[in-house]
Amino acid sequence: MELFQYTAHQLQNLLKDKEVSAVDITKAVLARMDAVEGDVKAYITQTQDSALEQAKAVDAKIQRGEVISPLAGIPGAIKDNICTLGIKTTCASKILADFVPPYNATVMEKLGQDTVFVGKANLDEFAMGGSTENSGFYPSRNPWDLTTVPGGSSGGSAAAVAAGEAIWSLGSDTGGSIRQPAAYTGLVGLKPTYGRVSRYGLVAFASSLDQIGPITRDVTDCAHVMNAIAGYDAKDSTSIKVDVPDYTKALVNNIKGLKIGLPKEYFVAGMDPEVEKAIRNAIDQLVALGAELTEISMPHTEYALSAYYLIAPAEASSNLARYDGVGFGYRAAGNDIVDMYKKTRSQAFGTEVKRRIMLGTYALSSGYYDAYYLRALKVRTLVKQDFDRAFEKVDVLITPTAPTTAFKVGEKSSDPLAMYLQDVCTIPVNLAGVPGISIPCGFANGLPIGMQIIGKPLDEETIIRTAYTFEQNNDYHKRFAPLGEVK
Amino acid sequence: MKITLKDVENVALLSRLEFPENELATFTEQLNAFLEYADVLNQVNVEGIEPTAHVLPLKNVMRADEAKPSLARELALSNAPEQENGYFKVPKIMEG
Repeated sequence: MELFQYTAHQLQNLLKDKEVSAVDITKAVLARMDAVEGDVKAYITQTQDSALEQAKAVDAKIQRGEVISPLAGIPGAIKDNICTLGIKTTCASKILADFVPPYNATVMEKLGQDTVFVGKANLDEFAMGGSTENSGFYPSRNPWDLTTVPGGSSGGSAAAVAAGEAIWSLGSDTGGSIRQPAAYTGLVGLKPTYGRVSRYGLVAFASSLDQIGPITRDVTDCAHVMNAIAGYDAKDSTSIKVDVPDYTKALVNNIKGLKIGLPKEYFVAGMDPEVEKAIRNAIDQLVALGAELTEISMPHTEYALSAYYLIAPAEASSNLARYDGVGFGYRAAGNDIVDMYKKTRSQAFGTEVKRRIMLGTYALSSGYYDAYYLRALKVRTLVKQDFDRAFEKVDVLITPTAPTTAFKVGEKSSDPLAMYLQDVCTIPVNLAGVPGISIPCGFANGLPIGMQIIGKPLDEETIIRTAYTFEQNNDYHKRFAPLGEVK
Repeated sequence: MKITLKDVENVALLSRLEFPENELATFTEQLNAFLEYADVLNQVNVEGIEPTAHVLPLKNVMRADEAKPSLARELALSNAPEQENGYFKVPKIMEG
């Protein structure tokens, strides 16, 4: 096995035992980037030089016998909508193509100086999309099959880890943008409870739904990244002021007595039979491991997608009003200020971003506000109540992460609605603000299948324990994407 | 048709966006397709249901009114497309 194929916790042990250095690990990942990035296109910006400097500093600390953090010296990738001090943060948009943040997102501060950052990962422009094909620069590809998409919007973050171009990464999730790409690339992706991880420095898409979270090779790494990034932040007014547990304590291979709810509305027409088979098989395994299964009903599930695609664009249309060619970003010439605004925005935003700004503006406009936006917010209440009621009876909910495995590049790009339907299983989780994790649970035609485990608010520990138990009794997470096979 | 070409033109103006004629037609078609899909929301009885703008039971998060370090002016201006004398520079906004 090559160094770029290990998990972060395995590498950490190798570092502690002085079997390898942080520079060895970083060089292995950088060489891998040089070898496969041309095919995968996971990155917008590579930070190879600073990564090596960071790795050297970690090695010096180890030499001095200092205590290092669990991610120290382990190369990670950061989604390019998370602000990085002095390093370009583009949101994969031409409007921010040259934007260099004068400050760090809180998650970057929390990860600290020991962490090695190898680059800023590609995404659908402003995190709007499910395939990374909406990137304003170029699409990323799925390392399991280069003719398929890596999912989105955190497709670059997922592709980088699956291809060995990073050991772990951060993504952001507004309607499934961490979990769906993790599912498509055979990785673990966690969307924390809304408010658990600070959004300060995450470029806003839909502020009531966005959360930053980890994409990793196994559940143990997921717990380590969560330990590093979770917690209250005075700079984010929607950050929750509660203590953060040590998530590695939830890495327990035991789910005896765990109550699992199976919401029947998530197993509907349109789902790939192979995906359904894999999920049912995984649930049978969890029952054999001691969990109790209850079939439940969440009757408003079918309305969640429509509500989301009114609420998220409405918030986006407001958030993206700031791109006016004045304070930062691209500016086009115009006859007067309104002409300048219109030309700037029209030339530099991509089609999907414009589509969502238009839809959101319409839903918020006078005469349509009550019929669309307000009604969608009321339906959101009902969706959330479905979760509240379900969690009176069960500890976790299990569903597929996405209705299919990774689809072909170009397959859905001309049909926005077909693309939106890929989010049908993940969107309700954002509307309700609860945490959800996707873990690999099988393969169909050589492509990974993801299982979603949803938990109560702030109860990431139980979904981590459930995910860990399943993982430790299976080998899916140990398979590396074919692109990763070393000849 | 839920939304006409003329509506879309108006929404474009509100959004500070402009489109060539053929793109306006495509947008009209796609917005209609979505709005028809979203009609499913009209099947839901929302009478007496409070809207959820976001999930946290938070209101008016306050903090002490104390001065804290802020970005230096040069840094705040460092990404400006145009600047002059320490200000953001924009095209003329008033006559005369």
